[in-house]
Amino acid sequence: MIELDRVTKTYPGATQPAVESISLRVPEGEICVFIGPSGCGKTTLMRLINRLIPISSGSISVNGQNIMGLDPIELRRRIGYVIQQVGLFPHMTVRDNIGTVPKLLGWTKAKIDERVDELLTLVNLNPKSFRDRYPRQLSGGQAQRIGVARAMAANPPIMLMDEPFGAIDPINREVLQDEFLSIHAKLRKTVIFVTHDINEAIKMGQRIALLNEGRLVQTGLPDELLNRPANEFVKNFVGTDRVLKRLNLLKVKDAMMLNPVHCLDDDASEKVLEQMIRQDLAFLIVADRDHRLRGYVNRRDLRGHKGKVGDVAGRLTLTVSPERNLKEALSQMLSYDLGILVVVDEAGHIQGVLNSTTLFKLVGDTYDERGGHWERITAGGRIL
Amino acid sequence: MKPKGRRPYFTIFGLAFAFWLGIEAQHRGYVNFARENPREIYRLLIQHLQLVFISGSIAVALGLGIGIVLTRGFMRRYREVTLSILGICQTVPSIAVIAIAMTYLGIGSKTAIFALVVYSLLPIIRNTVAGIFQLDPALVDAGQGMGMTPRQVLFKVEIPNAMYIILTGIRTAVVINVGTAAMSFLVGAGGLGDLIFTGIAMVDAGLMLAGAVPTACLAVLLNWGFERLENLLISPGIPRGE
Repeated sequence: MIELDRVTKTYPGATQPAVESISLRVPEGEICVFIGPSGCGKTTLMRLINRLIPISSGSISVNGQNIMGLDPIELRRRIGYVIQQVGLFPHMTVRDNIGTVPKLLGWTKAKIDERVDELLTLVNLNPKSFRDRYPRQLSGGQAQRIGVARAMAANPPIMLMDEPFGAIDPINREVLQDEFLSIHAKLRKTVIFVTHDINEAIKMGQRIALLNEGRLVQTGLPDELLNRPANEFVKNFVGTDRVLKRLNLLKVKDAMMLNPVHCLDDDASEKVLEQMIRQDLAFLIVADRDHRLRGYVNRRDLRGHKGKVGDVAGRLTLTVSPERNLKEALSQMLSYDLGILVVVDEAGHIQGVLNSTTLFKLVGDTYDERGGHWERITAGGRIL
Repeated sequence: MKPKGRRPYFTIFGLAFAFWLGIEAQHRGYVNFARENPREIYRLLIQHLQLVFISGSIAVALGLGIGIVLTRGFMRRYREVTLSILGICQTVPSIAVIAIAMTYLGIGSKTAIFALVVYSLLPIIRNTVAGIFQLDPALVDAGQGMGMTPRQVLFKVEIPNAMYIILTGIRTAVVINVGTAAMSFLVGAGGLGDLIFTGIAMVDAGLMLAGAVPTACLAVLLNWGFERLENLLISPGIPRGE
């Protein structure tokens, strides 16, 4: 846990404080993103926490201890530190780079070697082929993976990350972000993450602190920043497409309708058709008795057919996992011109359906129009 | 590194040339002195080596020390001034440095060593400063951020990464020093300069060569030794300036 209490930093000779009276609490295990335009003081604020920059007034406590009462060297060894330029030591192998802090702490060689291999595996690099390389033999993405591994070497409860993925190409950045999130989900460290990229902030942050000119403008959940910007500055900063950005935050499972209308594959075609006409449904999801998706049927398939629905059901290949975010789901809907996506988990069980109308409603807040056809597909239960 | 394939030809050519030079020298009687006075040459060579070694060690210790101090934050203000003063000093010819030193320290090896130290200081200091300053500031930031003490940042991060440039400075200084040390004879400190200057005075090519050839060989040998040392001391992770 990190607590900032009226933290102020004025550089010698400066008229304006770089950071002014900031109070903030980052609960244990949370990723808190410091974001703001360049020169807003976000990096300064982060560097105050491990005392790379001395504080002018106010206090910072880390896990309940005031940092001013701690030896700065000891403090820093207990806080992981990742920077944009990576800063791997060129003269050391990957192993020695990762082992830097453990070595400073006096771990045995065997223990360090074991830890190095463990961390390389954690950051998805093969220990055998990477531990003896030198930094110049690494790509940017690999180097920053090592940078993250190095910061976590001595298992610090807290990590400070200063634009860690800022210098990495957009494709690899996404990968590294995802990897870090999954590592974080496992290890639950308290993380301060500095960035100037609002999309990254929304993706990485469980909490976002938006700074401007050394002051805290708004803190809150990413959704709060997008949905209820405190003022014009926040509104401008998060951008006019903030509604779209919310799609990144929400998962399919948050937006899907549970228990969609469906029939079973061994239902009689005639009866199903009769129900579809009565309920004015153009097509229908077909499931088996274990609630696994079998496909879909439309009225034309059933017309005149005598037998089981399963025999005429068409395959439905485009489905979406409940864990995907809504942006990906929407993109899938738009590219295949679908009004509806069936949500299926890894085992093939139907979890629900996602339809464009409810999706727009959920994201847009104000969007309110009759759902029409899709609405009925997504309302409740087995058709027969 | 030279391409491996060319090496044998280079060596063969070199050896043949040396052989021819030897025959020529023998023919003209240049090697007579050396053949008749090997002990004298050996004594002066050792004396020469001592001058180089003692002045070199002092210069390395002092130069590294001053260079490192100049890179510390608190010296920011004096860095440029110090370096330009040293640069100006370096333009004074070595023989003048020896002459000036002699007026204070008199005659003897002390004067010679003092002059040699002064003369080799600049390349060492300048390269130490340059070597540390060319480092990516992120390295120091990372070191500090991970909880290295200032001393650990210096010895574990800054110096190992600046080693290539620092060693180049030391090599330059020492190799130049071998040549400059020949002038020590002028203040009565001996060394191979003894033979060279006497040979010049007596217009005796044999005597002169008996001093000049070992001096040249010494410089080449030391240069080669430093190259070896570089391979040992510099991490393979650091790109060489080749």
